[in-house]
This record gives sequence, C-alpha cells and structure tokens, in this order.
Amino acid sequence: MMLEMNTRRALQGHIATPRFETPFHPRIAAISETSDWYTWAGYKAPHSVFDEELEYFAIRSTAALFDISPMVKYRIAGPDAERYLNRLTVRNVAKLSTGRVHYTAWCDDHGHVLDDGTLFRLSADTFRLCCQERHLPWLLDSAIGFDVGIEEETMQIAGLALQGPTSFAVLSNAGFDCIERLKPFQLADFPHEDGSVTISRTGFTGDLGYELFVPAEAALSLWDRLWTAGQLHGIRAIGYAALNRARIEAGFIVANADFMTAETALRADRARMPDEIGLEWLVDTEKPNFNGRKAILEARRNQTLKHVLVGLEIEGNIPADGAIIYHRKKHEAGLVSAAIWSPLAKRNIAIASLTRPYGTRLTEDLWVEIYALRELQYQKMMKRARIVPRPFIKLDRRAAAPPGLF
Amino acid sequence: MTSSDPARTSASTSPASFEAPNFDAIVIGGGHNGLTAATLLAQNGRKVIVLEAAESTGGAMRGFEFHPGYCSAGLAHIVNRLDPDVAKLLKLDSKGRRAETLPTVALSPDGKHAVLRGGYGETIDGISQAEMKAFAAMRKKLVFQAGILKRFLKRRPPEIGKVGMSDLSTFAGAGFSLITKGREEGRDFLRMLLMNVADVADEYLSDDRLKGLVAFDATLGIHLGPRSPTSLLGLYYRLTGETDGATGAQHVPQGGMATLAPAFENAAAAAGVTIRTGVHVTRIVADRGAATGVILSTGEQLNASAIVSAIHPQATFLSLCDTAELGTGFVRSISNVRSKGNVAKLDLALERPPTFTGVSSADHRGRLVIARSIAHVEDAFNPAKYGEFSTDPVLEITLPSLANPDLAPSGGATLSALAEFAPYDLKGGWESGKPAFEAIILETLERYAPGLSKSVVASNLMTPADMETQYNLPGGHWHHGELQADQLLINRPVNAAAGYATPLSGLYLASAGSHPGGGISGLPGLLAARHILSERP
Ligand SMILES: Cc1cc2nc3c(=O)[nH]c(=O)nc-3n(C[C@H](O)[C@H](O)[C@H](O)COP(=O)(O)OP(=O)(O)OC[C@H]3O[C@@H](n4cnc5c(N)ncnc54)[C@H](O)[C@@H]3O)c2cc1C
Repeated sequence: MMLEMNTRRALQGHIATPRFETPFHPRIAAISETSDWYTWAGYKAPHSVFDEELEYFAIRSTAALFDISPMVKYRIAGPDAERYLNRLTVRNVAKLSTGRVHYTAWCDDHGHVLDDGTLFRLSADTFRLCCQERHLPWLLDSAIGFDVGIEEETMQIAGLALQGPTSFAVLSNAGFDCIERLKPFQLADFPHEDGSVTISRTGFTGDLGYELFVPAEAALSLWDRLWTAGQLHGIRAIGYAALNRARIEAGFIVANADFMTAETALRADRARMPDEIGLEWLVDTEKPNFNGRKAILEARRNQTLKHVLVGLEIEGNIPADGAIIYHRKKHEAGLVSAAIWSPLAKRNIAIASLTRPYGTRLTEDLWVEIYALRELQYQKMMKRARIVPRPFIKLDRRAAAPPGLF
Repeated sequence: MTSSDPARTSASTSPASFEAPNFDAIVIGGGHNGLTAATLLAQNGRKVIVLEAAESTGGAMRGFEFHPGYCSAGLAHIVNRLDPDVAKLLKLDSKGRRAETLPTVALSPDGKHAVLRGGYGETIDGISQAEMKAFAAMRKKLVFQAGILKRFLKRRPPEIGKVGMSDLSTFAGAGFSLITKGREEGRDFLRMLLMNVADVADEYLSDDRLKGLVAFDATLGIHLGPRSPTSLLGLYYRLTGETDGATGAQHVPQGGMATLAPAFENAAAAAGVTIRTGVHVTRIVADRGAATGVILSTGEQLNASAIVSAIHPQATFLSLCDTAELGTGFVRSISNVRSKGNVAKLDLALERPPTFTGVSSADHRGRLVIARSIAHVEDAFNPAKYGEFSTDPVLEITLPSLANPDLAPSGGATLSALAEFAPYDLKGGWESGKPAFEAIILETLERYAPGLSKSVVASNLMTPADMETQYNLPGGHWHHGELQADQLLINRPVNAAAGYATPLSGLYLASAGSHPGGGISGLPGLLAARHILSERP
C-alpha cells in the first residue's frame, strides 16, 4: 500500500534529524563560534566551541564546562545489584561504599574488555554505570539469575563535567553548600530547583573537577546556574578536542580509540584483555567469580598476553599520533594511539600499544616513525621514544581536600 | 513427584543408613546415562555416588502404575541404539537371552501394511519388487553415510583449535571411507548431509507408506517437519544406532522395557556405586571457577572432586548453579539452547490385547507406525510451529504387555503410543488441550484397531509439560535439547561445554543433552566418564 506523501514524511522525521541534540544543545549552539560538531554515540556534540587551544587552557587555568550527556548511562538497582556488578565487572564492588565512584572495566567470557567506565554507588543497592558503548543486551543477559533491574537512562539523565582549578569556586558561588566536603571519587545529591543534582568529584582531565547529573528537564537551568556563577571564575564551554588533550596528559584511555572493545572489533586479534591495555590493576582475582576471570588468570599463567599499553615520551615536539613504533629502528613493535605536545608537562607525550615482549622485556631502543606533512611534502623522522609512567602530569589540586579556591 | 509415579523398579538403598563419606565423583541424576557414567568410573576404582530425585532410577525408563493393576514401563518403549560397549560394560546381555529383532509395521488405512524386517527394512513385506529395490538402494546409501557420521558419535567431539592425533585419525578415517567409495560418494555425502528427508525419500521411493515412515523416523523427538531443511539428520541419527550388531535394528529386552532400568542400576551397584534415590540435588556448590560439591533437598552437602551432571544442561547451569559462577556469554548460550519437546505419550489400559487390522499376531509385538505419507507428517508438524497440536497426529505404537505380561492384569493389555506433534507450550494451555488431544489419538487408533476404544479401562496422556514435572525433564525433550545441526558435535549443548567438561572445573555433563544426543544409548554417559578418567587418571 502506498502511504500518502504527508504521512510518509511524518514517519521519516529521523531523516531530518540524523543526530540527537543533547539537553544542553540550545546553550552550546548559542555560544558556538566554530560550529564544529561531531557525532558522539548518536548525539551532536561540539568538537570545539570557540578555540580548541583556549578551551584546553580553560581546563588547566580556569573552569571548563563539557557536556557529557551522550555518555551511555545505566541504572542498576535491586537487592542483588552489588552481587550482579561484582560478577559483571573486574573490580571489587563490595569495596565501593555508598556515595563513592570507581573506575572499572568489564569483559566477556574470554577476558576481552567490552568497555571501561565509571560506577557510581548511589545507595546500597542502586548504581549508575557510565560508559562509552551501549551494552543493554549484555547487561540484561548478565542479569539472568539475579534479582536486579537494569534500565538505560542515557536520554533521561543529562550530564555536565565542570573541570579546572576554579571549578570548586564556581560550584560554591552557585550555592552548592557543603560541596567542599566532596573528596575525590565521592558523590552527593544537592538541591537544584525543586529537585536535585548528583555531583561527584570525578572527571577525565586529571584536574580538580566535578561531574553533575540531572534529569534532562533540569538541564538548562543547571547550565544557567553554573554559567552565571562562573562568570567571574573564567568559565568556558569546551569541545572534545580540548578535553582529549587533557585526558592524554592525565593518561586516561578511550574505548575504541586506544583499544578496540570486544564487541566492536571485527578482527579476532583486536580484542584486548585488561592486562593488555594497562587495566590489570583493576582486576581483583580474590573476589568472587566475574566474567573473564578464568581466561585472564589462564593468560597470566600461560603468559599468552600479547600486548601492553604504555606511556611514551618522544623526543622533539611533533605529536606522533598514529605513528608506528620500532625497536632498534628495525622491528615493528607497536602503534601510537594518542599523542600531543603537552603544554603542561612541556613534553611530547603519547599513549601506545606494544606487542610483547616490546614494552615488557624489551623496553629500550624504541623509536617512532613520524611523518610530518609540510606544505605538501612529507618529512619522515625517526624519533627516540622512552617508556614513562602515566599519568604524564600530576596536579596536587586534583586531590586536595578541601579543594582550593582559585 | 506426583502420586502417579510410584516406583516400579525396586531397589533403592535406604537413605536412612547413610553417612557422609567422601566421594571421588557425585553423579547427579540416575537416568541410564548417569548410571553408565557411574559404573565406568566405579569400575576404574572411583568412589561414586548417584543421586536421583525420583524414588527409583532409570530416568525416562522409569515405570509407573497409571491405573490399579496397569503399569507403564516409562516414556521410552523400544531400544534401537543401545551402544554395544555400554551393553558390555554393564553386562546387560550376560544372561545370554537375546531379544528378538522387532519389525516396524508402516500402517496403512486400507489394512495393507508395509512391514520392515531385520535392521531397518533389510526385507520388507507388502511392497512391490521395484519398491524393494529402491528402498534397498536408499537404505544402503543412508547406512553408508550414517556410518561416516557414526565415527564421530562414539568419541568426544574435537575441540576447535586443539585437534589432536586421534581426532585426525577420525577425520582421516571418515575421509578414507569416502575416497575408497569413489568421488561420487563423497559428493553425494556432502550433497545430502543437510537435505530434508522428504526430498531424499522422494528421490528414491514411490510408496507413501515407506516415505511416511522415514519422514516420521527422521523427525521423531525433533522440532522439524520432514520438509524442514536438515531433517535428514534425524534419520542418519537413527541409522547410527545398532541393536545386536544390526544397524537400524530394534528390540524390546526380554521381559520388557521395565527390566532395563533395573539392569543399569544393578550394574552400577555391582561396580560398587552408592545409589541414593528420593533426593533432589538443589545446588551445585562452586567458587571462583571450581565446582566442589552439591547440596541436597535434605539440606546435606556432599563434596567430591568430580561432579557429573547427568541431567538436562539447562537445569544443570540455570537451576543448580549460581549464574554468578558462570560467564554471561555462557549463560546466554545455555539459555538459548532450544529444548521444547513435542512428543506426547499415551498409555492405555485395555481389557484385552488390541487387534490392528491386517497386522499378523506376531507383528503386534513390533513397532506400529501411523504416518500415511510425507504430507501427513508435514501436516501434523505444521500446527506445532504455531503452538497447536496436530488434529491428525502421527503415532508410534507398541504393546508393552506382550513382552511383559506383568504390566497388566491377566487377560488385559497395555498400549503405549508416542504421539506427534504436541508442543510443550500449547497455545491455550494443556489443561483444556489434553482431553481434546487424547480424544483425537483414540479416534486415530480406533481407525486402525476397530473396537479398541471400547476396551479402554484407563488412559494416561503425558504431554511434554507433564514429562517436565514428572521426569524432571526440562521442556519434556527427548534429547535434552534439540538434535539439530546447530546443537550437534562441538556445539552440543553449547561450544563451551561440548566436551563433557564445563567452564566450571570439576563439573562435567553426561546426559542426553551432551554429545552425541538422546535415546537409550548410554553414549553420553560412557564418553563423559572416559573423559573424566582421562583428565583425572
Ligand atoms: C516421550 C519420550 C519417549 C521416548 N522414547 C524412547 C524410545 O522409545 N527409545 C529410546 O531409545 N529413547 C526414547 N526416548 C529418549 C530417551 O528416553 C532419552 O533420551 C533418555 O532417557 C535420556 O537419558 P538420560 O539418562 O540422559 O536422562 P533421563 O532419562 O532424563 O534421566 C535423568 C534423571 O535425572 C533425574 N534428575 C533430574 N534432575 C535432578 C536433580 N536435580 N537431582 C537429582 N536427580 C535429578 C531425573 O529424575 C531422571 O531420573 C524418549 C524420550 C521421550 C521424552
């Protein structure tokens, strides 16, 4: 049957709106000077707002407001929620007290990482899991045999990251009383309008900073409240490009940028175990069984781990993004997945994956091959790379309690 | 258990006198596979206990009285694939009494039946010479091809990525027997392997009675119609079976099916196996990847280094294990195992032995099949796809009291009919469906054995849902999980538990739900025990 033209149009509204707009979109669009958007999990998100460079410096010297609404969010609640999450994720959830957040990861049966993310314990048996990719089928299937409910709340909950030295001052000024009591990885509810906002002292910048979650309806009023309070504290809206620089300095990895998640990887050898992407410290082999436990222990025992993720410091000042790493300038040893010249560390830094034994037994004599495109001609360079610990920067203000008023 | 399930088989060691010693192996489920596994383990010096929920062992071969004086010998009513090694291990025929090979009567409404004799119709009465030649050619082809598959049925399925020497020799052997028969045979094997039985039958045969019979045998106990792709596999499976050394042959043991369960139990007891009946295992105790014991309905805990679960794989993992001890991917695949039975079982108590028109009195001891044509079987299957039972069902009938007069009062008789298709999840529910379906089966029987319905003293129809509760058989499924291409060999019941070992170290599977599959064969139990012995010498 042919539908009437108008009816058909009406049914195809999604064509006109290929990307969702976040609850904060009206505000960001209004101040955007660059109109530089990218797609984040199906949402229209700013890559930059006014100037990538200056936005980065807002993170490091004043306060930066970054819209994290597209982050995938699940509410996990019920009498078995803790037991469920302990089986789902590699870290020990029994050790996560109410009102705290921890960074964690979860694996499939083969010990391959499905994603990493942050787990918020909102009450004894209510949690929020935030991550990069969507996992509802996996989370629901993981619930077989558990008394637990799982709901995706990505659409319903709007999120903002407020990061930078003056972020505490902004929140104070905005009237969030007792905000100074929040220690790193702690969360609490604060009144906002006739509801509340959940604020945690967390972030992806390695700086002093907070993340705020509110029902989507309260998003704009929250933005306005922060924006007004932040005027004297140099508050700026930023895009992903600036945030990405900060997170590299902080040594954080990004799913499907620094490693392929098991469900998105098309090639069987791209999946990674926690130990292959620097997350071995999360894995608690003493706690009750969890997904991937057997495989991870077997790989450790049989020494079949194939990769290792490292921080690199590279001579010179040309970012080595995507560069191939060589041992003795000859044998291919790995790949750089993220790299910048760090204004804060004043070093040329990178996050890289190496194929063992490079990076484990063979840690010296590593080189990166950089191709710099200069006015339509590549200049090829071999630069020495040194394995260095992550994070590349350490800021006392990040963990200071109470936080400083800058 | 319901009141309709008092033990027919006698021996069960008294639970009262039981202390809690240590065992090397705990076998969950006293079906014939559990008893086979237990026997082999005990014969190899292991201290073994079998835990059976019902009051007696035997699993689907467990009999029950369904009317005063009338007993059913259980769900299974004929033997056609009892493995010779299992029979030897259990010394099942040591008494030297060989059961006779029974005929299959392909019933025709006009009373002119085709009677298959020997091993699956080595000779056939009541068909033309030309048709006999055609059937013989088809039989030869299928028996040859089934012989290739049989090499894989009597051993642990190979592990992908870890193919060993003996796997290679099986592959080579299979390849060799194809090569020696010429290129043509190899091509034909690959051409036919995943075909449907209807097309193959049409290719060779013209007699509807024979076509109906092979269509019936290929799909019995499987959720496929004869025209469903891959339905030929069911017939291959049937032809991998042998009885008394004859491929495709069938018999009822001397004294009837009711003697078989006690024979398995006696063999286990003779090997030193402790058998406890009337105890449900309610939990498999596991911690961080290792199973170490079981918890019983009595609250007791028993520990052993090997837990052998000879019950349905889904019951094993989804009911007895804490899913927290298993991987999400594993639980997901176990949950997805298709296992909804569609065979109903009707037991009739009769005033006198029935007479099927046109069937000789001797042939009444055999297997009588009502499947008029391929279309009949296909039409019977169609409603099952939509959760309805067949209004013109196909039937397999035996008269158990002929082999075992004890099942009925003197002068009386019993009839056992397997009726297809009767879906586990009947739309509208079995409560109202049961009387309707039973009436249809009785009408059908009456057509072939006039006067039968008047002699009915009592009847007992069991749907797959009834079997689930009365036989602790999830889904009421013949094979403890569909026996189809995607749930075979390295994927039976699922890949991560295909070789009897499971993701939980110390926990093994041994029921029909494991390779090679269901039927009274003892092979899953035998192969599981062999694997345990090889892993834990
Ligand atoms: C209607 C029907 C008719 C059939 N007819 C035939 C036939 O004629 N010929 C043939 O060869 N095959 C036949 N089969 C197939 C055959 O009966 C099965 O494949 C076979 O019984 C499987 O044997 P098993 O030992 O693996 O499991 P089962 O026979 O199912 O035995 C499992 C045992 O475990 C026990 N159990 C379950 N859960 C627990 C628990 N938690 N704790 C303790 N014990 C437990 C059960 O009570 C049962 O005794 C038929 C099947 C059906 C359904």
